Amino acid sequence: MKLIETFVGLFIVAAVIALFVLAFKVSGISHLNRHNTYQVTADFDNIGNLKPRAAVTIAGVKIGQVISIDLNKASYKAVVTLQIDDNENNIPIDSQASIVTAGLLGANYISLTPGFEDTFLKNGDQIEDTHPAILLEEMIGQLMFSMKNDNADADKEAVQ
Amino acid sequence: MEKDNLICITNLSFTRGKRIIFDDISLNIKRGKITAIMGPSGTGKTTLLQLIGGALKPDHGSIELNGDNVSKLSQSKLYQLRKRIGMLFQSGALFTNLSVFENVAFPLREHTQLSEELIRYLVLMKLQAVGLRGARHLMPSELSGGMSRRVALARAMVLDPELMMYDEPFTGQDPISMGVLVKLIKELNTALGMTSIIVSHDVPETASIADEIYVLSEGKIVGSGTPQLLATDNNPYVNQFMHGLPDGVVPFHYPADEYVLDVFGEEY
Amino acid sequence: MFRYMQHLGHTTISRLHYLGQSAIFILKTIFRWPKPVKSFPLLIQELFSVGVLSLPIITVSGLFIGMVVSLQGYNVLSKFSASEELGQLIALSVVRELGPVVSALLFAGRAGSALTAEIGLMKTTEQLASMEMMGVDPLWRVISPRFWAGVISLPLLSTIFCAVAIFGGYVIGVHWLGVDAGAFWNNMQGSVDFRLDVLNGAIKSIVFGCIVTWIAVYQGIATIPTAEGIGRATTRSVVYASLAVLGLDFVLTALMMGGW
Repeated sequence: MKLIETFVGLFIVAAVIALFVLAFKVSGISHLNRHNTYQVTADFDNIGNLKPRAAVTIAGVKIGQVISIDLNKASYKAVVTLQIDDNENNIPIDSQASIVTAGLLGANYISLTPGFEDTFLKNGDQIEDTHPAILLEEMIGQLMFSMKNDNADADKEAVQ
Repeated sequence: MEKDNLICITNLSFTRGKRIIFDDISLNIKRGKITAIMGPSGTGKTTLLQLIGGALKPDHGSIELNGDNVSKLSQSKLYQLRKRIGMLFQSGALFTNLSVFENVAFPLREHTQLSEELIRYLVLMKLQAVGLRGARHLMPSELSGGMSRRVALARAMVLDPELMMYDEPFTGQDPISMGVLVKLIKELNTALGMTSIIVSHDVPETASIADEIYVLSEGKIVGSGTPQLLATDNNPYVNQFMHGLPDGVVPFHYPADEYVLDVFGEEY
Repeated sequence: MFRYMQHLGHTTISRLHYLGQSAIFILKTIFRWPKPVKSFPLLIQELFSVGVLSLPIITVSGLFIGMVVSLQGYNVLSKFSASEELGQLIALSVVRELGPVVSALLFAGRAGSALTAEIGLMKTTEQLASMEMMGVDPLWRVISPRFWAGVISLPLLSTIFCAVAIFGGYVIGVHWLGVDAGAFWNNMQGSVDFRLDVLNGAIKSIVFGCIVTWIAVYQGIATIPTAEGIGRATTRSVVYASLAVLGLDFVLTALMMGGW
């Protein structure tokens, strides 16, 4: 009976350890709660495939994440709320936010390009300078359209 | 009259599916005596024990145990009642994952708050009574059929019940363990002042210890009385049963066409 | 035509009857809240035979499944030169689907069948009937500890399965196939959400735990008391439990994907 109780105890301990591994090593929830954060917003014309929890980076280094995406009903723009680590408290207020894609097919994330002002972003501020997501489909569409026009012009020239 | 009878069964009817098991039977079981219910296999003798124990509910009629109508009791009352009933199952029904000692201790552990010491004392006493004190560390799988039935007997009586029910206690036993069981049942009954019901079809063994016998057939009681009385009963069925005659009212052959017709007939 | 309709109706009604009986049975088990002092040791005992004894098969299968997913995933991902995403692939497939489902299937095969056979045997050898005649309710003495042990064990086993499978995938991916360890873990952490993935996986395995143990104990108690009956009940227990797990997995996944 003693042995059985010990085994059951070990079993439960093993399961708790496994849960901790899943929580911290696999899903990485430790990242966010370790530091305090502040929130800023940014309005985008088009957010493409940006999702909540997408990364916010400067020069490729992760400094925070997207926590919510809403639609501004008046301006029909997407209001993206960013949560940024308190350590990065020296981001100039005229910084530029753009939605970029990791690789050709990867997920969207927000890249901040620092500006030059001496006042820094603080909780509740809005980033004015934004670049919408570049939609691959649109780019290809435009490319094809211009190629078609080129071809048409060439055809016309050939006829003449 | 009421005082003499521990159990009064009146106008009991019970059907299972379309089969009529009991058809309006009445019988009384006298306090402190050994009563035997006899009949061929399949007459519902075990069913009668289950009805008395409240595991089944009758269609009609009543079963009164000490004045309580068993089939009308609430679940908890019924469980209270069952603590005072011991039942020996045909197979012994020992718990296969518990040792002999723990099997006998089981009802004590479930129903009482006795100390470990007292439990040990009681269990060893009961095992001594059935002669298996030395086998207390064995597991049920290591016991012979007769031994496991004796352990089951010790377990059934560990709470000192006022009523013991034996379901086919002699079936499938060698002559020696049969003799041991007959002796045990008789002794326990007189020593502990219990009321006993034996369900059996082993005529000589049962007749040797029973005070009163009821013979069942096709849902009816066809004969009752002391063993001596029944041995000379005129009822042809009772006569055939008590003396184990191969042919009589209960025919040797399953119902069929005339033999000659069947063998030389065209139909297969 | 009429006969077929009648047959169909009859089958449906008897199935529903069966389902209803088993539902009543399990509700009785759940609400028979027993004497805590006496039933706790019973629960520990059953946690051992249901949970601890299933650990070897769960960990070994978890390890191999993680390794296989790693190999296969690497093979496909490297075609798109995206082998850094291996961690993400392994973690998501294991935590969301393979962990809860495969451990539930293994649990049905290992613990569920054992439960059915044990209870079926107790019924066949009249142990349950004799317990009842002793005034001890088999529902709380036999069924209830086994049911709760199953419900508690499966989520724990499934969590262990996930952790071991991810470790297996890590060993193969990083140490054998040469994926960068930092990229492996970073991609994993970036894509796995604790609430959406880990907790939803846990919810699945709790549901599976209930359903598998329910089927196992009910098949045990509904066993036809013969040797053949036990064999059939055991087979049925595993088959029904596996089907129920796979079917419910679809329903749960659909619900969870639908933002529930």
